[in-house]
Amino acid sequence: MTVESTAARKPRRSSKRTSAAKTPQTSEPQLVQLLTPEGERVQHPEYEIDLTADELRGLYRDMVLTRRFDAEATALQRQGELGLWASLLGQEAAQIGSGRALRDDDYVFPTYREHGVAWCRGVDPTNLLGMFRGVNHGGWDPNTNNFHLYTIVIGSQTLHATGYAMGVAKDGADSAVIAYFGDGASSQGDVAEAFTFSAVYNAPVVFFCQNNQWAISEPTERQTRVPLYQRAQGFGFPGVRVDGNDVLACLAVTKSALERARRGEGPTLVEAFTYRMGAHTTSDDPTKYRADEERAAWEAKDPILRLRTYLEKEKAADEAFFTALEEESETLGKRVREAVRAMPDPDPMSLFEHGYADGSSLVDEERAQFAAYQASFADSAEEGN
Amino acid sequence: MAVEKMSIAKALNESLRLALDTDPKVLIMGEDVGKLGGVFRITDGLQKDFGEGRVIDTPLAESGIVGTAIGMALRGYRPIVEIQFDGFVFPAYDQIVTQLAKMHARALGKIKLPVVVRIPYGGGIGAVEHHSESPEALFAHVAGLKVVSPSNASDAYWMMQQAVQSDDPIIFFEPKRRYWDKGEVDTESIPGQLHKATVARTGTDLTLVAYGPMVKVCLEAAAAAQEEGKSVEVLDLRSMSPIDFDTIQTSVEKTRRLVVVHEAPVFYGSGAEIAARITERCFYHLEAPVLRVGGYHVPYPPARLEDEYLPGLDRVLDAVDRSLAY
Repeated sequence: MTVESTAARKPRRSSKRTSAAKTPQTSEPQLVQLLTPEGERVQHPEYEIDLTADELRGLYRDMVLTRRFDAEATALQRQGELGLWASLLGQEAAQIGSGRALRDDDYVFPTYREHGVAWCRGVDPTNLLGMFRGVNHGGWDPNTNNFHLYTIVIGSQTLHATGYAMGVAKDGADSAVIAYFGDGASSQGDVAEAFTFSAVYNAPVVFFCQNNQWAISEPTERQTRVPLYQRAQGFGFPGVRVDGNDVLACLAVTKSALERARRGEGPTLVEAFTYRMGAHTTSDDPTKYRADEERAAWEAKDPILRLRTYLEKEKAADEAFFTALEEESETLGKRVREAVRAMPDPDPMSLFEHGYADGSSLVDEERAQFAAYQASFADSAEEGN
Repeated sequence: MAVEKMSIAKALNESLRLALDTDPKVLIMGEDVGKLGGVFRITDGLQKDFGEGRVIDTPLAESGIVGTAIGMALRGYRPIVEIQFDGFVFPAYDQIVTQLAKMHARALGKIKLPVVVRIPYGGGIGAVEHHSESPEALFAHVAGLKVVSPSNASDAYWMMQQAVQSDDPIIFFEPKRRYWDKGEVDTESIPGQLHKATVARTGTDLTLVAYGPMVKVCLEAAAAAQEEGKSVEVLDLRSMSPIDFDTIQTSVEKTRRLVVVHEAPVFYGSGAEIAARITERCFYHLEAPVLRVGGYHVPYPPARLEDEYLPGLDRVLDAVDRSLAY
């Protein structure tokens, strides 16, 4: 097993053979792994983790329920209840592993696919659906669970996370901040600027990149010529590639990076090498740009399946556990379904709320005009009667 | 009363000093704001007195400056960021428009973004490209932002205080060619609300509306017009978003004529918004169409041509004459 800590690595001599024309090395993951796709527990010299059977079952439960929630949301989109859905299918281990590594006082800056991380933070999953149904743009209070709003513009939140982490350091707190983003976002200037700022200010932030291989239809090869975790080296902090379908490795690596941040040693880039099994969003059609065989190959590495194999092999979970979890999943699905259908459209007058904290005379004027316009229908209805 | 005569630059410096002194959560961030004190020295001496943790020199990355300031604000700080020149704000435009402006609404009001973005703006200093622009309309158009610009030392001092205390993001445009103009500042009494226009000169025949660097030109035009027997009222708008239409309306109902003056291109500029709203509000009072004087729909010209581009005394007086001729 190779330790992929770029900061510790000596610079390699560049060879003409490996320059521009060659295929980038992104297709060959050298990653931290603690649980093989076959469900075999393996050791890693740098990232070890010792979990009780109860904790292992907890991770399994998190992944199963998150997948169930995601499937329900996808179905609800197909039924016209949601305008859009960004599925996390296949990325459960990356999200649950990293999410369960966090402390309550840590702060999370997600992109728009972090349903599993939200689950770990205790955000009610139905809160995530408002923006996809079109009744709000987020709506939850980020400070309730230290889970910031979903950010749709790619990579913007990495700077917010960095600034927040700078504030944490300034406060003398020992909490850490984690910013989620994808392989596509790694091409954005904001992500590079976040790396620069976090490095020069030694900010306690972990950059957690879920490289799910596709940015809508653009493969990772369109984003980078070097493996993404190696980017960190140029900014002066370590980068680690972890098997993103291995929940144990994701937990161990994220925990280590968070502890490093807490110790005042600055940022870490974690690249979780994983796969988005579904579409980018429900508007997307992956059959147009990728081969079925590719998905099949990744299905063999399914994060949930491998943990189940391990649990069964270790006799850490019995049939009753799996049956009960199945029932819990169905209850969750039903609850989500009912919550979405019961979600009311917002009051038209709420258009004018929350644009400004201190109010604005312009909004006041337009609100009054809109109210009068709305009221004019009531008048005409009365006249009609 | 503690009245002191000082330049706009000094008034801003004193105001920032007061803000840092009053509230430990206030931070200053930007390129060269520390030891150098900013390229215009607006933050001169502040790092020396408040330390590198309060007055933070940043990497040269505008999106990073605004993006991390947003994060700082989410952590409970009140950052004041400096964009070195108007034309350099665009790398940060995405963070300002898609994040800073919208986050409060996105959270249904549950979080606040008290960030002040200071931008030295406008022409008239003979600078090279990207150092003389007036992009205020681009920001005023964006809901969630408030946009202000002082024209004198007293307003520079007090509007900065009010901007820092605001829980909304404020784009604070500083008229760089007026930095060295002096005026009296009463540091003990707040002259008015942040988003309220003021009557800079009273008159009865016509109203001139301006803000920032053009207020001085309009006051000079009004003085020149007075010599020709024309009584011109001058309003200092101070806030481009929101706009205090009530004060403009009151003035126009009295004078019945309105000319709006700004350095930014007339096309889609703040003058267009004022003309349209005042026409709606004062149609039966107006004796002439609302006229606009401003920049042309061309890229900001090289320094040797900026006198042709920027509205000067003669162009303002010409518009006054045209309005009075109706």
